[in-house]
Amino acid sequence: MEQSWRQAKGMFAAMLSAPLVWLVFFFFVPLGIVWLYSFGQNEGLVDIAFTGTWANYAKALEPLYLGIFAKSLWIAALTTFLCVVIGFPVALAITFAPEKWKPWFLLLIMLPFWTNLLIRTYALIAVLRTEGYVNQTYHFLWNNASGFMTVIGLAPLGEFQPMELLYNNFAVILGLVYVHLPFMILPLYSTLDRLDRSLLEASLDLGAGHIRTLFSIVVPLAGAGIASGVLITFIPALGAYLTPDLLGGTDSQMIANVIESQFKRANNWPFGAALAFLLVYLTFIGIAIQGFLNNSAKKRGMG
Amino acid sequence: MSETIIKVKKTPPGPLEYLRRWPIQAWLVAVTVFLYAPLISLMVFSFNDSKRNVVWQGFTLKYYVKALTNDSLIMAFTNSMVIALFSTILSVIVGAMAAIVLWRFRFSGRTAFDAGLAIPIVVPEICMGVGMLVFFAKIFPWPQGLPWPLNLGAIIIAHISFSFPFVAVVVRARLASFNRELEEAAKDLGASEWRTLIDVLIPHIQPSLIAGGLLAFTLSLDDFVITFFTSGPDTVTFPVQIYSMVRFAVTPEINAASTILIVVTVLLTFLALKFQGSDALTAGHGTEKK
Repeated sequence: MEQSWRQAKGMFAAMLSAPLVWLVFFFFVPLGIVWLYSFGQNEGLVDIAFTGTWANYAKALEPLYLGIFAKSLWIAALTTFLCVVIGFPVALAITFAPEKWKPWFLLLIMLPFWTNLLIRTYALIAVLRTEGYVNQTYHFLWNNASGFMTVIGLAPLGEFQPMELLYNNFAVILGLVYVHLPFMILPLYSTLDRLDRSLLEASLDLGAGHIRTLFSIVVPLAGAGIASGVLITFIPALGAYLTPDLLGGTDSQMIANVIESQFKRANNWPFGAALAFLLVYLTFIGIAIQGFLNNSAKKRGMG
Repeated sequence: MSETIIKVKKTPPGPLEYLRRWPIQAWLVAVTVFLYAPLISLMVFSFNDSKRNVVWQGFTLKYYVKALTNDSLIMAFTNSMVIALFSTILSVIVGAMAAIVLWRFRFSGRTAFDAGLAIPIVVPEICMGVGMLVFFAKIFPWPQGLPWPLNLGAIIIAHISFSFPFVAVVVRARLASFNRELEEAAKDLGASEWRTLIDVLIPHIQPSLIAGGLLAFTLSLDDFVITFFTSGPDTVTFPVQIYSMVRFAVTPEINAASTILIVVTVLLTFLALKFQGSDALTAGHGTEKK
């Protein structure tokens, strides 16, 4: 049982002060200023006046920015969907792997995750660029196929055209999936691992196939875990800065890139602040939806 | 589809032994290749003796020599290490204090404090980054021209802000297994509150302090976005330096520098495993919300 703080006032005060002060002064104050700025406007070159205007939010609703928001949401949603589809079988396999192998499989998934994000993105650039390894393999296959065609008496395939794999939306989505896949696999695994296996066995015994068992037993039971995996993937993907910046083309800007350019090149801090806070609100809405789903899932479980 | 294959095998896999079914195996191999091929090719080609870095031309260490004699790269690496070190020490202290307060005491505002601690974990990095940019530009200007390493202060502060809540999560997970009766026994035997804390509680949470510290160190070393908004021209960190190099060109020198950092990260991960078992792998990334 926890102690009431009154029983050890000195210790309570000493232990609470540092984290509380740090959290407030070095986290909530910076965010609070940004929030205030989102209602301000530029005055002169460096000053910002807090005028309580909604103009920045109105500007964010212009078709250009609304389009970027919609695009970011779409890219993040597609990334999350791909992560679920790719990650679910992996999580399933790890769950039902022999006990002594499990930590090794988890290590296999987590090791890239601990590697620097920038380095992972850079590694993808090296693989995808026009003279990268994917295009080299493609070139090699192309030449061989072409030679084969000549041998069997057909016209060769013609000039080799490297695939455009970088600096477009495809690269951004591939990069986001690459970076966020471990985020998805972990929560999926931790839910599947706690699943009552006898239910699955019962379903299989009663004649349902694996696919049917998956969709009518595993997915409903693991719903909360899937939702938390979706959230853990969707939020960072929505706010991704580095991946669209390095892998994307001119039309692959996401919200974070617009925020960055407002704060750096465009030097319109109030507008950037409004965009940043719209992103924060979207994040909180996502968390609230997940909490709601979680609660209703719990209620269903009890009833 | 898999059913027909299985009938041929001598010992058919059990109904739930998904790992022994070939579609799952193929899937697992494909995902592993997807996750590792780019990183491994990056590491292998850092030893490639070719400027354009496309075709294998023979083994060389010259890009390591080049990376290790590149002053701005070495400076950035040293900065990153110093920042990570200070940020880790302070994050562990502050994070452990937060965890102990939340675990030990009942107080009004506890739920609010608990929720407040979770916000730095969920807020998008870019928002925290601009927050730090504004904060250090307008509210709390970090003095310019301080001698090294004091000029790194702003970045260290920013790193602690996003690291210590993760440490608190790790330490709280460990505190959950603490038997409160031990603490009461110590007090019954005459130990003061502080004595109990130092002699009974801290030894129990020690593994989580190390695991949390390694987590904070990796988070600090890994961070690009928040540092990007906080760093100035003379306070460049390793990721920020790599970023400006990557924007310029893909060179074997970056491969060499990246390989060094990957090796450091892998060593840290194995250290974390040694101290906290496989729990350390998932620390602070959602799975502890059981």
